[in-house]
Amino acid sequence: MTESPPAEGEAIRIEALRKSFGEHEVLQGIDLSVATHEVICLIGASGSGKSTLLRCLNLLEPIDSGRISLWGQEITGANVNQNLVRRYIGIVFQSFNLFPHMSVLHNITLAPIKARGLPRAQAEEEARALLDRFGLADREADYPDRLSGGQQQRVAIVRALAMQPQIMLLDEVTSALDPELVGEVLDVIRELAAGGMTMLLATHEMGFARDIANRVCFLADGTIVEDAPPSVLFTDPKDERTRRFLRRIVEAGRL
Amino acid sequence: MSLGGGPIPGSFGTTGRGPRLLSGGGRRATAISTASTVVVLAGLVAIFLLAPGSAEVRHTFFDPADMWQSFIGNPKKGYYSVGAALWLNIRMFIAAEIFILIVALVIALIRLSTSAVLFPFRVLSMIYVDFFRGVPLLLIILAIGFGVPALRLPFVSSQPAAVYGVVALVLSYSAYVSEVYRAGLNSVHQSQVAAARSLGLSQATTLRHVVLPQAVRNVIPPLLNDFISLQKDTALVGVLGAIEANEAAQIYSSTVFNYSSYTVAAILFLILTIPLARFTDSVIDRDRRRRLAGAQA
Repeated sequence: MTESPPAEGEAIRIEALRKSFGEHEVLQGIDLSVATHEVICLIGASGSGKSTLLRCLNLLEPIDSGRISLWGQEITGANVNQNLVRRYIGIVFQSFNLFPHMSVLHNITLAPIKARGLPRAQAEEEARALLDRFGLADREADYPDRLSGGQQQRVAIVRALAMQPQIMLLDEVTSALDPELVGEVLDVIRELAAGGMTMLLATHEMGFARDIANRVCFLADGTIVEDAPPSVLFTDPKDERTRRFLRRIVEAGRL
Repeated sequence: MSLGGGPIPGSFGTTGRGPRLLSGGGRRATAISTASTVVVLAGLVAIFLLAPGSAEVRHTFFDPADMWQSFIGNPKKGYYSVGAALWLNIRMFIAAEIFILIVALVIALIRLSTSAVLFPFRVLSMIYVDFFRGVPLLLIILAIGFGVPALRLPFVSSQPAAVYGVVALVLSYSAYVSEVYRAGLNSVHQSQVAAARSLGLSQATTLRHVVLPQAVRNVIPPLLNDFISLQKDTALVGVLGAIEANEAAQIYSSTVFNYSSYTVAAILFLILTIPLARFTDSVIDRDRRRRLAGAQA
């Protein structure tokens, strides 16, 4: 990877990606291209491989075959500096995964200090600016277990942003939240999208996906069954499996 | 929302500080517990005082003059101060403790490593732990304390007995403590590692700043428990002739033919271990309250 990737063009290209856990092949040949500034929502039943796909992109899961490139440079080959790649791709998890033994400020500044090599004062200044931007200014000294789920997830997003990533991967970031706390996290994501962040979201919030996504990908049986703008995918799905999935979502009152 | 376990249901009828030694269940309960304590203690004292050999035992184990003499020592009469000798126990304890904490951590990290290159070291560390946990500490002390000098190597074979004792303590206790560390490292959820690595932190930084602090925090009570045990096991080094408290007491008893010196040594070890035991309790207590607070937040 070069030090600063180009800000335009194709940000992510995934080709024929396959990944198995034991006997079970979760991803059976994924092809996907994401342009810079594009927001893509991955939808599909639990176990359809949305999370695995995001984890492969962040190199948290080694892939079995295929390739992933960022701005034309392959990141799945040998001799790739994983730590450098991860600086360009932030990921936020369903279960927040904040460091429970560190204050909010320390959670956010750890990686900038250790991985970006920032002096502490500058890292803290940047962290405070981000906390302020997302309405968490008075929370910097708190430990994660004193925060609500929504606050924890916003801190987790700020922590990822503090590495100044070019791409954000969001793995069902609202699924573990109480319904009344979902909104504050979705607002943060909306702001990121408005700021031009390239994003890949796995989500069950269909209304939100319809709002925010440039494209929605429906995953089933380890492949991307349908890939279309939300206006098309939610109103006129082509594949029978997509139709069945959306019907169940509507019946559950989630669309 | 708590990351450290759910709400703790064990707080029924307590103050939220866990079960207390002297349960505060009202005046009647206090009266009953006081009465039962008095009865039990009085019974034990009565058995001791009324036993047929009571007078002899009191003379051989609890003679005030002998206790004082063994405590202050008298080199002219051929015995050492048990009190001064305790200083050697304390020094051995501190030295051993520092090395144990380091060696045990290295062993635990090797055992939990996944790299193929380290495979032979994983096997070695497993054998190490199996061996030193299985052999009695006294035998290890004797083997090192008499074996190494017998090799007549330069420098290595000409150390004071206390040094061989510390080496033996480190070898034995590192095996136990490495298992404590291993449990602690395993208690840190894999998602914490994923979160740290996803931020671009290296494996070493993740271990140092994310995994280890949480792992150690989770095992402080069992670690302190092992330290208490180590404090008194320094007495075993006396078999090598090092003049620690127990050995000084033995020299007194074989010189004067009175065992009160052992009582002095026992009291001194209690003075050493009880503060650490209470400290351990308070750490456990604090941890419990912290989790309880976290569960309510």
